[in-house]
Amino acid sequence: MGKEKPIVISIAIKEVLHILKDPRSLVILFLMPILQLVMFGYALKMEIQEVRIGVIDYSHSPLSRELVDSFRGSEFFRLFFFEGEERDINDLFRKRKAHAVMIIPGNFAKDLTRESLVDIQFIIDAADPNAATMIRNYVNQVIMNFNENRNDMIPIPFEIRGTLLYNPDRKSTYFFVPGIVALLLVMISALLTSITITREKETGTMEQILVSPVRPHEIIIGKVLPYILLAFLIGIIILLIGIFLFQVPFEGSVMLLLFLSTLYIITALSLGLMISTIAPTQQVAMMLALIVTLLPTFLLSGFIFPISSMPKLLQYLTYLIPAKYYLFIIRGIILKGSTFMQLFLPTLYLSIMSTVLLVISIRKFSINLER
Amino acid sequence: MKVALEIIEFKKVYGTYPAVNGVSFSVEEGELFGLIGPDGAGKTTLIRALCTLLKPTSGSLIVSGMDSNTDILAIRNILGYMPQRFSLYQDLSVEQNLQFFADLFKVPAIHRTERLNRLYQFSRLESFKKRLAGELSGGMKQKLALSCALIHTPAILILDEPTYGVDPLSRQEFWEILKSIQQEGATILVSTAYMEEAELCDRVALMYNGKIIEINPPEKIKAEYPYPLYRCEGRDMQKLRNFFKNLEGIRQTQLFGNALHVSFSEKPSPGDWQKWQKQSGGDLKNWIDHEPSMEDVFLYLINQEIKDE
Amino acid sequence: MSEIAVQTSGLTKKFGDFVAVDQVSIDVKRGEIFGFLGANGAGKTTMIRMLCGLLKPTSGEGKVTGLDLYAESERIKQKIGYMSQKFSLYNDLTLSENIDFYGGIYGLNPTDIEFKKNQLLADLQLTPWRDKLTGTLPPGFKQGLALGTAMLHDPSIVFLDEPTSGVDPSSRRAFWDVIYQTASRGITVFVTTHFMDEAEYCHRISIMSTGKIIALDRPDNLREKYKLPTIQSVFVHLMRQASTH
Repeated sequence: MGKEKPIVISIAIKEVLHILKDPRSLVILFLMPILQLVMFGYALKMEIQEVRIGVIDYSHSPLSRELVDSFRGSEFFRLFFFEGEERDINDLFRKRKAHAVMIIPGNFAKDLTRESLVDIQFIIDAADPNAATMIRNYVNQVIMNFNENRNDMIPIPFEIRGTLLYNPDRKSTYFFVPGIVALLLVMISALLTSITITREKETGTMEQILVSPVRPHEIIIGKVLPYILLAFLIGIIILLIGIFLFQVPFEGSVMLLLFLSTLYIITALSLGLMISTIAPTQQVAMMLALIVTLLPTFLLSGFIFPISSMPKLLQYLTYLIPAKYYLFIIRGIILKGSTFMQLFLPTLYLSIMSTVLLVISIRKFSINLER
Repeated sequence: MKVALEIIEFKKVYGTYPAVNGVSFSVEEGELFGLIGPDGAGKTTLIRALCTLLKPTSGSLIVSGMDSNTDILAIRNILGYMPQRFSLYQDLSVEQNLQFFADLFKVPAIHRTERLNRLYQFSRLESFKKRLAGELSGGMKQKLALSCALIHTPAILILDEPTYGVDPLSRQEFWEILKSIQQEGATILVSTAYMEEAELCDRVALMYNGKIIEINPPEKIKAEYPYPLYRCEGRDMQKLRNFFKNLEGIRQTQLFGNALHVSFSEKPSPGDWQKWQKQSGGDLKNWIDHEPSMEDVFLYLINQEIKDE
Repeated sequence: MSEIAVQTSGLTKKFGDFVAVDQVSIDVKRGEIFGFLGANGAGKTTMIRMLCGLLKPTSGEGKVTGLDLYAESERIKQKIGYMSQKFSLYNDLTLSENIDFYGGIYGLNPTDIEFKKNQLLADLQLTPWRDKLTGTLPPGFKQGLALGTAMLHDPSIVFLDEPTSGVDPSSRRAFWDVIYQTASRGITVFVTTHFMDEAEYCHRISIMSTGKIIALDRPDNLREKYKLPTIQSVFVHLMRQASTH
């Protein structure tokens, strides 16, 4: 024993005991984000896979078969020959047997060898306009490649070729997994601290603590400490699963990511603390924590919708969303290998935000029972 | 005698509702002082304000010479408080709860073992050290809560309905413990809704509707009941009650099991009783002087209060 | 009709090796207010559940309104009313709406409900409050109305669990007036409580400890017998005695 423990440590130890004595909640705390990550990760995919194309081949020539084969070379397309009439096409779409139909005219081979202009007709199901546009782009690309491979005699004066960096395959999982990590971390951290204080209000134990000469910052800091560790562990697990399950490439420094993730967690925990100083019950706290984290992170952090295409007013609002900065950080480190100096600004914003939230919470934390 | 607690024109208003509406009294050092009154009388509000958990709307509260508005932490250091609701950590053990509160009150390590042992001794909780607080019986929970409130040997102990819902045997033991704490020199302010517990206090304040309607030692309060009270027995008690209700000069009638308590404006003569016995058609069999209970006095005082308004 | 409402002899209930109720014999008359006192776990609840036909006794005999506890438990259930301390009326419904609702639950037809409603409100002198919100009633009256609604199906016996715990003295007296009225109509009232101030209102009380009845008498007789001023002190005395054995 010897010297007395600082009160902050006593409160932190007690909090750890609470956490350990409730293993069921602990398991849920770890499993819930994993499940959500997996679900979100698979659900949030923008790519289209297996585009079914019905082919009506009036040409029946080696060339037309070559064209069809060039489509088969891509993993996106699944082609099948369709023996019906053109008027049966509607039926194909309605029964969802095909996303698109390609009609190769009878004079295809002849015209092509004569090097006159050939029309291939593509009919695309545009019930999902995004998908239709994407299919058209893919198809154009395939046709272009086909033409190039056949002869490079067609003179093209110049050509623009874009090179895609960082995510050359344009896989949306690379983009989304960091977003989901940001969302889950802020949500869980805010929930953890908002509930821990309101629970003591609800069970009446806060009343008993308050009559002791303890000070607000001691209660608040003591309560946050264990949750930093807990949320950090959960964060590592989410990151590991996100990166390995979805095979997101990792370019940057692991240490840097862990360090900045901790900063982000502290910001979110402080947000939860502030909620707990307002909310009278656990239920209200839970609702508030979800409202403040879930939708804003989804909509305003740049997770799904690019901030630059938002109306000006909303763009200003995004400065208040911690996930916005963390997305810079995590996408930067994971996909681009950004360094600390490159991420200095978002780091600074997060530090300011967490300090402000923490100070407000301590200020607002009432050492009596007045509302 | 020195004053431990001084309440001066204390008022606490929520919105427009006055929970406590101008209360003044003081508690002397070493006194066991009872605050009696039904739910909603304002006892909890007054107690919380004394513990610096609520701020007075007006008036002031002086605890051991310190003002509850300004000397919050100093007051908390010398005060032991046991809230109405069980307010300990149900998922922590008896020992963990005690240690935690010892930490909060910065009980020095050198005194700690000795103090815990003493608390275990009077509460007889030593053999339940490792048990979770949530798994204790009602009586033991109250003793643990009391131990936690006593961990820093406070000079003043304030308890809000500590025996509410606890079985009679534990209640009795609890009061015996309170008496022994008082003998060691502590000042105790205790609130209760049980009228008979008032008789265990040195002095009692009766609270009703945010006001104190009487302060005195219990035996003095009981002597204030002005009406002669009789306990009657007979055959058909319900009929007997209706019979008395219709007589003139009747203050109150109340059935208690097999007996009827009747209070009169003026003491009836033996002749009156004989007359009533005949008139009741044999329903009235015998009658005897009866000492009013604390509850009788309390109800009388409340009625007086209502009349005055 | 017989004057005895409840009769048991040697009634016992075991849960595994644990004897919850141990050889209990009681006779309770029609219109009697009978108190079951005891600490938590003394066997009060098990005893009541057997008398309500909710638990089959392990051994012993028992009759409730002349019906056998073993063979006729379903018919017993129709003869009894039950009001726990948690039973309450909806504060946001009017008195009349509350009675309609509970009458419906007991399966009464609308004409019967209307008739009972008028009678009940008149008995409690609450007729002018008929269309007022129940939440605006003083607590003692609300409790009385709750008891009335718990008895809409005309039970012969009614069981009350800590009916006036936590109620202020004047409300408590008002509610006990309703209980006395009920008993004077020939309905037997069982009160279980560990609040001794409720015990003083009973005609007879039984004090239970570890499944056995250790005292059974009128409250005044018990006080006299042990030369103690209150039932509270009698109870404490008996419990201390029991624990030293």
